[in-house]
Amino acid sequence: MESTKVLDAKGLACPMPVVKAKKEMDQLQSGDILEVHTTDSGAAADIPAWAKTGGHELVQQDKEGEVLKFWMKKG
Amino acid sequence: MDKNERLTMIVFDGDLDKAMASFIIATGAAAMGKQVTMFFTFWGLNVLRKDEPIQAKKKFMEKMFERMMPRGPKKLQLSNMNMAGMGPKVMKKMMKDHNVSTLDEMIDMAEELDIKMVACTMSMDVMGLKQEELRDGLEYAGVASYLAEADEANTNLFI
Repeated sequence: MESTKVLDAKGLACPMPVVKAKKEMDQLQSGDILEVHTTDSGAAADIPAWAKTGGHELVQQDKEGEVLKFWMKKG
Repeated sequence: MDKNERLTMIVFDGDLDKAMASFIIATGAAAMGKQVTMFFTFWGLNVLRKDEPIQAKKKFMEKMFERMMPRGPKKLQLSNMNMAGMGPKVMKKMMKDHNVSTLDEMIDMAEELDIKMVACTMSMDVMGLKQEELRDGLEYAGVASYLAEADEANTNLFI
């Protein structure tokens, strides 16, 4: 998938992954794809919840070892 | 503004763990696009104190309070397992090991996210805390301001 921006939030604990995701998303245009990488286990539930509340579409979600990856289309 | 887009919070306690919880929720809510207002009252005001002592004209009891209350985020105690100051040290180490931001970092983050922090002027008067003792960028107000804001929010927390 073609990401407009990749956010490396690996190693950051709650609530920083969503805080950083918000900051990055604010810089993007509607329809752009933000890719987020995180190692926070709570993020598996938190990132989708954050996307839903913010009106962004969670397009894809993946796990590579310890790293959770999310692709979200800005709403 | 839609009620769903606002959150208000009363930070009453001045414990490290409760302050952490307050700022985690506040910054998380701001990240979710909510407009957040935090009201600091009574012991919660100690979270906003500057690290360095400030010379201000005070009455005897006010001076006592100033000395006995924790001066700023670095000096806060735990609400449980404080163990004469050992608890916070252990907690900070464990937080660091888990990459959790420090309380100072979270307060800075709250400012960056435009979270409104309001100090309760009545409790400042009671406890003898002066504006110059508290961090910059605060607003000062009373119960009516809080209630007016709470009325427009769908989430209100008391911590």
